[in-house]
Formats: sequence, C-alpha cells, structure tokens
Amino acid sequence: MLTIDRPTYDAIVAHARRDHPDEACGVVAGPVGADRPVRFIPMLNAARSPTFYEFDSTDLLRLYREMDDRDEEPAVIYHSHTATEAYPSRTDIAYAGEPGAHYVLVSTRDPVDIEFRSFRISDGAVTEEPVTVIDTAG
Amino acid sequence: MAIEVRIPTILRSHTGGAKAVQASGDTLATLIDDLDSQHSGIKGRLVTDEGALHRFVNVYVNDEDVRFTGALDTAVKDGDSVTILPAVAGG
Repeated sequence: MLTIDRPTYDAIVAHARRDHPDEACGVVAGPVGADRPVRFIPMLNAARSPTFYEFDSTDLLRLYREMDDRDEEPAVIYHSHTATEAYPSRTDIAYAGEPGAHYVLVSTRDPVDIEFRSFRISDGAVTEEPVTVIDTAG
Repeated sequence: MAIEVRIPTILRSHTGGAKAVQASGDTLATLIDDLDSQHSGIKGRLVTDEGALHRFVNVYVNDEDVRFTGALDTAVKDGDSVTILPAVAGG
C-alpha cells in the first residue's frame, strides 16, 4: 500500500496538469527503509513528449547523489499518461529499475477527473496497490 | 589503486549487497569484464548480446555520462570513479 500525504499528492497532480499534454515525471524521496515519501522532487522530462518520459542523465546522477548524501531512497517514482489510463505501459515495465519504489501513474486524459494509481513493478511483474492519502491537520 | 564502481540497488544481488566495489580495466568494456569475473552475471545486466550498453542503465565515469564519451570504449584509469544507475524512463 502507498501512504502519501495530501500536499504531496496534490503536488504530483498539479505537476501532471501543468505539463499536460507532455508527460510529467518526478520522485518523492524518503528515508532509506522507511517506505515514507516525504520530499517531493519534480524532474524535467528530457524527452518532452506526450508518449515518453526520461530523467535527464545529469539530473539523474545529481538526484541519486543527493539522496545518497541524505540517506534517502526513491519512495515514489511518478509520471503521467496524458491520453491513456494510469496503468504501466510495456515501456514503463521494461525500464522499471527500482523494485522497492512505488510507481505512481497519473492520467490527465480527463480535464476534470484525475486518475492516481500506484504499482509495484519487479522483474516484469506489475502489482497494483491501494493508495491512502493522509489529510494533514488544519 | 583500483577503480571504484558504485552499484545501484537493483544490481546489488550480484555484489552480495555491496553499494560499491573495486574493479580494474583500461576501458569501460574491460572494466565490466573484470567486474563480471568477480560478480557473475552483472555484465548481462549492463551490456546487450550485441555488445552495446543497455538502454535501461546509465553509466558515468567521473560524473560524465559515457554515452557522450565513447560508451564502452571510454577510457578509465586507476582512481576513476564509475557510477551505474538505472535510467528512470518509460512511456
């Protein structure tokens, strides 16, 4: 199960809406082993494409360095689909390189309703999991 | 002296869980061969059957993406630092 706080959830959705019709992508980092997404890090989609996303390779190195220095790992890796459902594509599955991460897919195909779903992707196998959004006090 | 190679989580099953290992070579290709002789199977995760770097991994020599420095022919020397990361990409 993915447990995520409301501000982070909203930030992912806002990023996906902002970059529509291109795919948006990013990470929510968390302390190693804690399974807790806390630090929202929107990334540039170097592909700038409605059908593909890729972290720029220099940004990727910087991101992993920084997470390493802070004892963090990618708790969530998110990206959007802008014309199709929020389900991992064959390409998503082929590339998935973080079996410990929650792969969040957001679909912006509908201008009003958002689809926000989370998956584990490991060795080519996709498992959907429930998403719990925690509303913070106030 | 040797070359430090930083290993991503997904490949640590080949290195007994180690985050960084030492290897030697004068190009990235020979370095990966040496790595594979110590950590069996790791080469297949980095290099295709056709002998090119997998699209799914990024390899850096001293912070430079090797795609821009000659890929597997990139020269390496003692004291260099090699970082392997899974590409974060999809469709």
